Amino acid sequence: MISSWSIALLILGPLAAAALAFTFPKQGRWMALASAMVTVGAVVALGREVLVGGVQTHHVGGWSAPLGIDLRADGLAVLMLGITALVSSAVTLYSPPYFLAEHDAEALHRGRYFWPLFLFLWTALNGLFLTADIFNLYVTLELLGFAAVALVALAGKREALTAAMRYLFVSLSASLFYLLGVALVYGQCATVDLPSLAAKAQPGPTLWVALALMTGGLLAKAALFPLHFWLPPAHANAPAPVSALLSALVVKGAFYILLRLWFEAFPALMTPAVAQVFGALGAGAILWGSVNALFQKRLKLLVAYSTVAQLGYLFLLFPLAAAREGGFLAWSGGLIFLGAHACAKTAMFLTAGNILHAAGHDRIKDLDGITHVLPISAFAFGLAGVSLVGLPPSGGFAGKWLLLSASLAQGQWWWVAVMLVGSLLAAAYIMRVLSHAFTNVSEPRRPHPIPPVMEWTALALAVLAVGLGLAASWPAELLHIGAPAALGGPGL
Amino acid sequence: MNIHGLLLLGILLSSLLTGVIIFFLREQSHRLRTWLNLLGAGLKLILVAALLWGIYHGQGYTLAFDFLPGIQFALGADANSVLFVALSSFLWFWTTLYAVGYLEDSPHRSRFFGFFSLCVTATTGIALSANLVTFLVFYELLTISTYPLVVHRGTPEAMRGGKIYLVYTLAGGTVLLLAVVWLHHLAGPVMFKERGVIQALVATHRGELQILFLLFMLGIGVKAAIVPLHGWLPKAMVAPAPVSSLLHAVAVVKAGAFGIVRIVYDVYGVENAAKLGVLPPLAIAAAVTIVYGSTLALFQDELKKRLAFSTVSQVSYIVLGVAILGPAAAIGGLIHLVHQGVMKITLFFGAGNYAETLGIHRVSEMNGVGRRMPLTTAAFTVAALGMIGVPPLAGYITKWYLKKGAITAGDEWVAVVLAVSSLLNAAYFLPILYRAWFLSPPKTWPQEHSFGKWETHWMLLTAPLVTAALVIWAGVFAESPYSPLAWVKLIVAREYGP
Repeated sequence: MISSWSIALLILGPLAAAALAFTFPKQGRWMALASAMVTVGAVVALGREVLVGGVQTHHVGGWSAPLGIDLRADGLAVLMLGITALVSSAVTLYSPPYFLAEHDAEALHRGRYFWPLFLFLWTALNGLFLTADIFNLYVTLELLGFAAVALVALAGKREALTAAMRYLFVSLSASLFYLLGVALVYGQCATVDLPSLAAKAQPGPTLWVALALMTGGLLAKAALFPLHFWLPPAHANAPAPVSALLSALVVKGAFYILLRLWFEAFPALMTPAVAQVFGALGAGAILWGSVNALFQKRLKLLVAYSTVAQLGYLFLLFPLAAAREGGFLAWSGGLIFLGAHACAKTAMFLTAGNILHAAGHDRIKDLDGITHVLPISAFAFGLAGVSLVGLPPSGGFAGKWLLLSASLAQGQWWWVAVMLVGSLLAAAYIMRVLSHAFTNVSEPRRPHPIPPVMEWTALALAVLAVGLGLAASWPAELLHIGAPAALGGPGL
Repeated sequence: MNIHGLLLLGILLSSLLTGVIIFFLREQSHRLRTWLNLLGAGLKLILVAALLWGIYHGQGYTLAFDFLPGIQFALGADANSVLFVALSSFLWFWTTLYAVGYLEDSPHRSRFFGFFSLCVTATTGIALSANLVTFLVFYELLTISTYPLVVHRGTPEAMRGGKIYLVYTLAGGTVLLLAVVWLHHLAGPVMFKERGVIQALVATHRGELQILFLLFMLGIGVKAAIVPLHGWLPKAMVAPAPVSSLLHAVAVVKAGAFGIVRIVYDVYGVENAAKLGVLPPLAIAAAVTIVYGSTLALFQDELKKRLAFSTVSQVSYIVLGVAILGPAAAIGGLIHLVHQGVMKITLFFGAGNYAETLGIHRVSEMNGVGRRMPLTTAAFTVAALGMIGVPPLAGYITKWYLKKGAITAGDEWVAVVLAVSSLLNAAYFLPILYRAWFLSPPKTWPQEHSFGKWETHWMLLTAPLVTAALVIWAGVFAESPYSPLAWVKLIVAREYGP
């Protein structure tokens, strides 16, 4: 099949760059830059193909589904690939000065390991989004997990190592649960191919157990409340660009697989009760994460708990998209929210990195005045905050609007209440930080200078998070292509 | 969308771009910043004049693009929006001039003028929104862009005021969001339209529409400072004088009042609202606010606080006018949008001048200030008399139409409220004027600055004189075709129709 060199490039590009960065450690940043350019080009090309020609499939090695491996790109996959390319490109630009700015040999050393691991993570993510069978999803998930754990450990401090260790245990056991589920599904249905599963799946005890195992594992990886305990220490102690990658992309990999499983492979098992349980956990995450964010003393921990909360919104997609009326509204709302959160959270973690560099600490109560010397970072933080709170016209607003519309259309008003309370709590914890931008300081500080590119990258992503709202009808259009039939089909 | 719609974009961009550029200016670029500010404000004024001319000649203006799936981001200009946009761009120009003079040599001016421009962009956007979602966008932008202005001084007191402001406005914004989403669920995309868009639902969804109306009033009422949602307004007085002036005259409270006008006239439609029985409670809330604000104003010794409670009271005149059925009351309410704006901005300019030139912050310190600063005090006096409703000033026109409307509608109690309020207005303004003109000045002022041959900096003096002149003009020439009143009559004729 001639289709789609772009699909191949999306996996081979970052993979080759990772291998080269491993072989030539000093050139890591240039490999990443090359990979960023190739990947962005490939995503744009693939997006065009999908918009024009519908879902694209690539049979690896020329063998098709039951025998070979299929790579498949529908609107959802393209959206996720695009978000990944965006965030990763920003990290590519941000990281060289970040690792250089510390000026000690150890930091340089860390910088060398960062690049191959980062590119490896990128490969795993692209693979995950393009995979169309549940076993290969396991493989990519495992790769993703290892790369992520190694990146957390990169910070080298004691807290980081402890957090990485905990993350590793969670990640490994979660993968095992998932694999067990895959084995059961294969035993029952004799296939692991996502599209064929929907036809072959007969609801029964085995399948329920299998799905429960897989879902449990994935929820742990996605850090959904109450399985979020590993996330705040891991995300807060990693180097800033790594925190950004973890919060913006890695947890969403697991979420993406959950979507594929429940809406595409086993829509028959998506009973209202199941959907409500997902929603309830999401609501728990929103409230618990936000309240915790309110009481954190360190900026990076606050941002990490905000991730816990924002992930909750994604899971409201389950009860809302599973209903016939307005299902697609909720589906696109949840995913636009995901994109906005990815941009905004990256911007926030990068900003937090700038503040850490400039001030040498990230204690919130001592941030007075630091924003006077980092005005662009402060502005970026504010804009990202606008999207996290869901104020118009940001991407966060567009996502929330669609989710709210869906809940009202379906009479599920209890989610409306949760979302609105969540917004107010988000505003409260964002303002805890932002109010320090306006306070007076008695003695001016002498901060470490920050390379401009570190500030501007953060600002660019924050602007994107807000701008996404103005262009929200584009991703919605993209998501129509290959949208699961369980949503009541496209065009609703 | 039409080519003329680009004019609307130009009106927004004239302040938006100015603001964005100013953010990136170095603190020292004083001259460049001032020119940019005045250029932006002047350009906006010219564009708005072009818009007025176009609307007068029957030209339509729309600009829309896809925003949320199925919902457009839509700008448009009808008679209602022109009223508000003309007011805000006119007052912005003079406030900018005033602010440049006021903030000379104070820190963070780039930040201040950046957010100041954003704030005006938001206000203009609220005026030019053609549907509810666009309105919501600018409404929230206004919240965000005024917060840095309120806390500009960075003192603990300012931070506290800012926090209270945000708690109120963000909570209000959330309620408004809920109302907007809910109404979209019921009625589909809601474009503003004279006489409302919900006719079809009145019979079938009565209860829901009533709850929705309450939500709308709660959400928007925060900014309009309707009692008991007014708590933020006196606290926000910690802001610098130009901000208070703008906040009280055009930006925040007026956006709230304008929002209520939009909801009642162009979303619900005044006849539908009357059928739903939601107007009398609104009128009562407005009446309570009027009396309550005026009463509290009596007890404030701090000049800006007194003015703030006066604002609480006066803005509800607009709400009252909207809530009473009939064209005369509507004219009284809508015209007060303009009249309260020019009068209150003059008063705040005056208060700012006293503070900046003489260090006076309290009414009790104002003895004899009229002799030291005759021009400022003359402007202050005109505006204060206007507020009381002394003929032939602007405030008199408002009260005359409101009273006539109330009596026509058979709501005589409103006339009583108006009379009580006028008495209270007199009770808290006349002592100030008496002190200023008739008592002898102290030997030294609390903190006097000298500004050469004028009583104060010329920029600080020009603005209140211009706006005070407008107070007189709007009253004396009310019946001429070139007055705000003539325009308001046009709006009301369209809302009530033949």
